[in-house]
Amino acid sequence: MEIGILSTSGGKQLATLTVDPNSTLKELKTQIHRLKSHLYPDRQEFRQEPRGKGLDENKTVAALGLKDHSKLYLKDLGPQIAWKTVFLTEYAGPLFVYAWIYQRPWLFYGEGASNQPMSQVAHIAACCWVIHYAKRILETLFVHRFSHATMPVRNLFRNCAYYWIFSAYVAYHVNHPLYTAPCQMQSYIALGFWTICELGNFSIHWALRNLRPPGSKERRIPRPTKDPLTLLFNLVSCPNYTYEVGGWVAFTIMTQCLPAGLFAFAGFYQMAVWAIGKHRAYKKDFKDYPRGRKAIIPFVF
Amino acid sequence: MTATKKAPSRVLSLPARIYLIFYNAIQFLGWSFLLYKMVDFVINQGLGGKSLWEHVEVPLLIFQSGAILEVVHCACGITPSNTVITFAQVYSRVFLIWPILYNVPDARDQIGFSLLLLAWTVTEVLRYLYYVLNLISFVPGILLWCRYTFFIILYPAGVTGELLCCYRALPHYNKTQEFSVLLPNAWNFTFNFYYYTILVMLAYIPVFPQLYTHMFVQRKKILGNKKHD
Repeated sequence: MEIGILSTSGGKQLATLTVDPNSTLKELKTQIHRLKSHLYPDRQEFRQEPRGKGLDENKTVAALGLKDHSKLYLKDLGPQIAWKTVFLTEYAGPLFVYAWIYQRPWLFYGEGASNQPMSQVAHIAACCWVIHYAKRILETLFVHRFSHATMPVRNLFRNCAYYWIFSAYVAYHVNHPLYTAPCQMQSYIALGFWTICELGNFSIHWALRNLRPPGSKERRIPRPTKDPLTLLFNLVSCPNYTYEVGGWVAFTIMTQCLPAGLFAFAGFYQMAVWAIGKHRAYKKDFKDYPRGRKAIIPFVF
Repeated sequence: MTATKKAPSRVLSLPARIYLIFYNAIQFLGWSFLLYKMVDFVINQGLGGKSLWEHVEVPLLIFQSGAILEVVHCACGITPSNTVITFAQVYSRVFLIWPILYNVPDARDQIGFSLLLLAWTVTEVLRYLYYVLNLISFVPGILLWCRYTFFIILYPAGVTGELLCCYRALPHYNKTQEFSVLLPNAWNFTFNFYYYTILVMLAYIPVFPQLYTHMFVQRKKILGNKKHD
């Protein structure tokens, strides 16, 4: 049978493909790639309507109800880059930028700044920061399972700018020769809380990994596991974000640094948006989704 | 976008319409007065910096500051424009007139301020007149043409003037650290108005091309159609 492929922008005919009913959309993407070399499969998204939802590439032509002379729309998602690549670049920046500014380079502080005394909390903060981003890099390499292989290239520049610039902003203040540490008790308690949040965040990532069988893109309702830190699933849909926000609030209190607080707030805002989206998707996809669960802040929202 | 935002002349309530005619008319008169004062100065004294500023200072501060209301108009939905974009535009104007021009006499550069004032007065006179007449659905073609053509020169001229004035204000903020928060302090926070001004100037690099090309797109859409009538 023949399927007409139309562009989502302008609706013009891009190609006519000869397929059999059991062909998956994935195979169609390979065919199109052969016809148009710049459109590698990750860059293609099929839709049944120009502005409709993207179709699962594992579905067959027959399963979608397509017949001879049916039409499918193709969206060009633009140049793609692997998610892993994006994350590694995003997270490497904060690691190196903070470590560099921690050494008090003359570029930021003038000559002789590195000889001046540094508070204990500033050393601890540097460790926390590096551990946090090293953890993120390791999780990206070994823990996370991604539902999409790629994302648009322009995201790389935008995301990196955000992480790298904010890292420099926070690092500049905490490592400054004129930085004033809060009382030790406050810093130690906050450090304890930070540690729990980092462990909690990792526990959730680990639980989410095991929720999804290897190589699968299946979605299931996340629930607490044997790890007590995962009990937060009973209260929120995205406890990984909850722990992440908690960690940054702890870092802010530990250093009593308003720039760190601004960073925590910016992260919280973005994660809240994502959490609300995920929460809604869960409720829509699962009829038996536990009520009483909030998106990111227990009992609140 | 909602229907209200696309066709305000159809869905705007009477009190809102009267208010907007009133607001835009006052701005039109104010900026016409400023245009007159500028022309009057230039004819008698040539291009000026500090003395031109003194000649127009009070009405300029009043009428340009009044534009803050336009952000409120967007937020309330009585004008169709995007609130964030309007905020950015009004912010850049208010930033120029208060912390730069009003606060730093050295910023009143002869070339910079003349360019800025020329661009702003002509643009605003056209813009506010257009809005008033649009609210009573009576926009003459010549006005429409002026509004969507003059910007081609005025927009870059105005931006050049603005950047020049900002640049001239930098030494003052670097030296005096006015409006800045320094270390040490309990919250380990800093704010450096000198670097902030540089940041604002750098922001023109991505923003100006986008707004400039947007105007060209609008021009093609609005003037292109009229040609066929």
